[in-house]
Amino acid sequence: MLHIINKSPLANNALDSCLRVAQSGEILLIEDAVYAATAGNAFEGKIRKALERFRIHVLQPDLEARGLADRVIEGVSPVDYGGFVDLTTTNKTCQSWL
Amino acid sequence: MSNIKKFMFVNRKAPYGTIYALEALEVVLITAAFDQDVSLVFLDDGVYQLKKGQQTKGIETKNFSPAYRALEGYDIEKLYVEKESLEARGISEEDLLVDVTVLGRAEMGALMDQQDVVLSF
Repeated sequence: MLHIINKSPLANNALDSCLRVAQSGEILLIEDAVYAATAGNAFEGKIRKALERFRIHVLQPDLEARGLADRVIEGVSPVDYGGFVDLTTTNKTCQSWL
Repeated sequence: MSNIKKFMFVNRKAPYGTIYALEALEVVLITAAFDQDVSLVFLDDGVYQLKKGQQTKGIETKNFSPAYRALEGYDIEKLYVEKESLEARGISEEDLLVDVTVLGRAEMGALMDQQDVVLSF
């Protein structure tokens, strides 16, 4: 299934909760959650660990808006809005961790 | 003016995900019009407001980051960023789009104690 996160990992526990509960599948980081996908962030270690269990995607326009498109953690794949739609259709279910 | 107060604006939210950062900027500019002693502080995710290279075309939202560079024109020159917040986010002073003073958490706390008015965003 697809897990969608939209909050910064250093300001909210949504991504932590997702990683605690979900065992595998795909994660899409959007809005302020894109900070989690950036190298040097205190959350980087948790993302690297999570990449062993999940495919992790990050929404490119949200990265660009925040000036961080040049420092995505290796293994995390940027997607555009079309890719976002594809993820919602190829996964049977979808959970937004609001 | 005899009645100048020390105003501090504390910014702790990332831009775009919520409206706080933009609203803070609006209030800061209003305060500047009253010739007060204004300090801006960036803590936690608030430091992301000052990240260079923001391009918001893709999210169809106004890029308000150039406004931080215009603050100087309104005599707002006291911008403070917490060192620990930068470090936790892998952001360096060179990554910021405007000149700031980087303070450690204790110095930041001391500066906060000196204010007459503290407004939090």
